[in-house]
Amino acid sequence: MAFVRWFKRNLVVIGGLLTLGYLLLPNVVVTVFSFNKPKGRFNYEWQQFSLDAWRDPCGVADMCGSLSISLQIAVWATIGATILGTMIAFALVRYRFRARGAVNSLIFLPMAMPEVVMAASLLTLFLNLGAQLGFWTILIAHIMFCLSFVVTAVKARVMSMDPRLEQAAQDLYAGPVQTFLRVTLPIAAPGIAAGALLAFALSFDDFIITNFNAGSTVTFPMFVWGSAQRGTPVQINVIGTAMFIVAVLFVLAGMVISNRRNKQKA
Amino acid sequence: MASVTEAPLLAPQSDKKPPRKRGRLVPYWLLLPGILWLLVFFALPMVYQVSTSVQTGSLEEGFKVTWHFQTYWNALADYWPQFLRSVLYAGAATILCLVLGYPLAYLIAFRAGRWRNVVLILVIAPFFTSFLIRTLAWKTILADGGPVVGALNTLHVLDVTNWLGFTSGDRVLATPLAVVCGLTYNFLPFMILPLYTSLERIDGRLHEAAGDLYAKPFTTFRKVTFPLSMPGVVSGTLLTFIPASGDYVNADLLGSTDTRMVGNVIQTQFLRILDYPTAAALSFILMAAILIMVTLYIRKSGTEDLV
Repeated sequence: MAFVRWFKRNLVVIGGLLTLGYLLLPNVVVTVFSFNKPKGRFNYEWQQFSLDAWRDPCGVADMCGSLSISLQIAVWATIGATILGTMIAFALVRYRFRARGAVNSLIFLPMAMPEVVMAASLLTLFLNLGAQLGFWTILIAHIMFCLSFVVTAVKARVMSMDPRLEQAAQDLYAGPVQTFLRVTLPIAAPGIAAGALLAFALSFDDFIITNFNAGSTVTFPMFVWGSAQRGTPVQINVIGTAMFIVAVLFVLAGMVISNRRNKQKA
Repeated sequence: MASVTEAPLLAPQSDKKPPRKRGRLVPYWLLLPGILWLLVFFALPMVYQVSTSVQTGSLEEGFKVTWHFQTYWNALADYWPQFLRSVLYAGAATILCLVLGYPLAYLIAFRAGRWRNVVLILVIAPFFTSFLIRTLAWKTILADGGPVVGALNTLHVLDVTNWLGFTSGDRVLATPLAVVCGLTYNFLPFMILPLYTSLERIDGRLHEAAGDLYAKPFTTFRKVTFPLSMPGVVSGTLLTFIPASGDYVNADLLGSTDTRMVGNVIQTQFLRILDYPTAAALSFILMAAILIMVTLYIRKSGTEDLV
């Protein structure tokens, strides 16, 4: 009886933890299978433990090349989308202007559109213009779909900013440039950083839009897609696992730093 | 650019009046590059998509606009099963995401205590590994004769799903069940995060008040918590359903030729068969269908402050 009552009271917790398990199970599989030594071309069945792939992560032809292309595109797309998106966010929060509704929907629509539609329509543009598909068309596409997410992230931060801080800076004889660089920008920075991180993650992991507009350029997700047909090397799992570990360490470091800062303040 | 953006940023609040003409133009300068980008590479392609869909011709001779609307009827006649499947699979995945995601969002908002941030990070963490790699991992998890399929067999779950037509025989892989399972997995965080955001805003004293008025826990949930979390439910279902309905990765990697969704058709028509008009018509129909559904849904649920 006591158990039944305990079970009833913690039903939500049990359900939530099961869902969490469902979310994390594939990551566990990816990590475990990075130590596999598969028999055939596909790494779907466990054979025996081996460190081969970890010793030679770039041992597969073209994989690390595709990784570097993905990183380059992600960096440039992040820079582009963050600059353009931050400018739009400031305009939306700080100014009145005509056609605000149209601007808002133009920013909302890319987020409410299935990726395949954006991918296909952008391809029709490039085809009709006779553009050469490759690095540049991918970059153009990535900046396009990352832009809205940056605007949303930065807008949220700028909106919650106390305008009196800037007035105070001006009262203390800071010029407009100085106020922007030393007051506005530092306060908006977390929002801009969040938008940039999001853009980087979205661009780096994008497959659908890239697949349509890449021509013969192969990014890392496209390499993985191709390998699902040709044979999945263990090195894919090594890269997946390494990315996961690096990102988690990043987040943990950020948490520790912000905790310390809060303690110092208190 | 910098000098233009910085100078009058504070204009509306400061006492000193900046040169008016310049100040009035600032928002437009700020908007110009980004909006131009979206117009040229998001809005204009929609126009080209429509124009491509009414073209006829061949790859060798080139395509010309002939206002051949027949393409739309042919596309619908040929591919309505894939459209139907997209709606069904995406709908099933959305419902599963809501059912699976709600307890976890609730757990993070009300029961996690000091573990809250850790659980939140664990929800986002899968994103750090490429989603294609993670989707491929489901091939291992659901492998024929593997532990998951074995367990489902022992529990006679497969008998039920076989009877419903979600699986066939002793297999899960290459069946609709595998595709829906993959879709659910891929878009679950998009459900959990908005749910969590709206649950977290709920004042805990409302729960106490409901309890004081002799509401049982489930009644409290049904009458207080769930209605207050509606904004999260609406944006979560949208964020799940829209990408899921256009997805072709899960249907391709985890499904078979019998589980092809409309995304798969658009992809093969565009990239392999090179029948651009049909592909563009299909993509336009999908877009229109989604826009109509989303508009109706937002109207119906009365949450207009999503944008």
